[in-house]
Amino acid sequence: MNGNGDACKVASAQIEVQNVTRVYRIPGQAPVFALKDCSLTVEPGKLTVLVGPSGCGKTTLASILAGYDTPDSGRAIINGQPIKGPGPDRMMVFQETALWPWMTVMKNTIFGPTMSGRLARSEAEKRAIGLLNKVGLQECKGTYPARLSGGMQRRAELCRALVNDPAVMILDEAFRGLDVMTRELMQEYLVKLYEDTGMTMLFITTEIEEALFLADRILVMTNLPGSVKKCVEVDLPRPRDFHVLASQRYLEIKAEVMEALYEEGAKTFGKLNMLDFPGACAPAATQG
Amino acid sequence: MAVMRKASLATRINQKLASKSFWRGVTAVIGFFGLWQVSSMGALPFMSAIPTPVEVAQAFWKLLFEPKYWAGWRDSGQRVFFGFAAAQILGIPLGLGTGWKRNFNHLTFPVFELLRPIPPLAWVPVSILFWPTNELSIAFITFIGAFFTIVVNVLGGVGSIKKELVYSAISFGASPSQVFWRVVLPATIPSIATGMMVGIGITWNVVIAAEMIAGNTGLGRLTWEAYLAGYTPGIIVGMISIGLAGYVSSGLVKWVSELLMPWKRIF
Repeated sequence: MNGNGDACKVASAQIEVQNVTRVYRIPGQAPVFALKDCSLTVEPGKLTVLVGPSGCGKTTLASILAGYDTPDSGRAIINGQPIKGPGPDRMMVFQETALWPWMTVMKNTIFGPTMSGRLARSEAEKRAIGLLNKVGLQECKGTYPARLSGGMQRRAELCRALVNDPAVMILDEAFRGLDVMTRELMQEYLVKLYEDTGMTMLFITTEIEEALFLADRILVMTNLPGSVKKCVEVDLPRPRDFHVLASQRYLEIKAEVMEALYEEGAKTFGKLNMLDFPGACAPAATQG
Repeated sequence: MAVMRKASLATRINQKLASKSFWRGVTAVIGFFGLWQVSSMGALPFMSAIPTPVEVAQAFWKLLFEPKYWAGWRDSGQRVFFGFAAAQILGIPLGLGTGWKRNFNHLTFPVFELLRPIPPLAWVPVSILFWPTNELSIAFITFIGAFFTIVVNVLGGVGSIKKELVYSAISFGASPSQVFWRVVLPATIPSIATGMMVGIGITWNVVIAAEMIAGNTGLGRLTWEAYLAGYTPGIIVGMISIGLAGYVSSGLVKWVSELLMPWKRIF
């Protein structure tokens, strides 16, 4: 059954969102429903990609899962426990770089384990070096983030998150703003990371190609108020090289996702026409 | 392949001498002093009260051997230093607290906003009445000049910290005090540096005016005394000295803030 967020639900869910509603109330303005009755499941060990038009509540959902925000109603659950606040079991990678500019790459990376006292400094550094080696940043451990390129910053950020051994990674449009080449490289890094660790991942994006390259499963969100509209299983083999990306099955899945997404996009533009550009409709009205 | 190296001093001087912009600058400076000299010598009637650059240079040379001149540097410098330092010591924590802690903000911000619009020099009379010595009242007025600036800057700095920087620290398990010391404070340092840069300029402004009104010593007082004595070259020398003092202290503040922000040095 499609059209329902729980369409692909299986028993061993790692993250569950049940009927979550989040309303932003600004005095003197109509309340904005960022999420309304939103339900979804992120299965353990799967790479789930959440796709939706911009401003559809994706980031609000990510904030609730990370514990920075709380729903007005409904529940967000990780491994059977309600999410009460931020924690090192869920690592978030943000739209813009969130590396601390005053710390070197190494200090950024070992911040989590040393602050919380989970690891001794030397132990944390050893693990950090291992991770930085893996993403080709071993030469940059003493460098400040501002001296790194966008792609290197993202890789450093992945290391900073991974060193905490999270159960779930939430990546909120993490590769936005990177050039095409770097972006493709980062996507490959992420898939490799995912295959190596089998970590549960929730990747949020506005781009269908990115979703299709990464996902085990794609969740399509509705426009505001946001909720999950459609769940598409991406049963494409990995590695997803150009053969796969040119296959009939790829095109079928793409069409399915596009159809759902463009319906939502069209709704936004319909609204915009009426609200923001009343003049655009005026000639037709006078002629009629 | 040749390794890129910093050009030697001789090469750099040669490059300077070859550049048109350098020579335009030189022409402008010479032109300025030339015009000044000619107009003070009588070419422009209203400039006749102003001493010529040559007279000023002579007066400057003479003053360099007078202990009173150097005592002026010392006294003004001390007032600026103590007023400025006190403003940083009190202002930075106040700004951080007001910016970061909501309850503290509710307590401090209204009073702060009530006092902030009062210009530093408006504090002169009450300061003379309140503080037992002239020295303290001048230092206090200097303090006022830098205090509000630093607080406003720190407050703005805390307010504009990217929330992701704080969020990720919390996710990594940092405690509230760790978040404050490891994230909020370093994230505010660039704003502290801006506040200090603006503040040091204001302190010199204020100290000179306060010395003219209430002081017995200092560069501002020397300038004022030269005016009272009708010794015009002394006035100009005083002005130049004050400019130099401001330039030197701005340089010091810049040096300190660069030390505080090693990550801002890109290469």
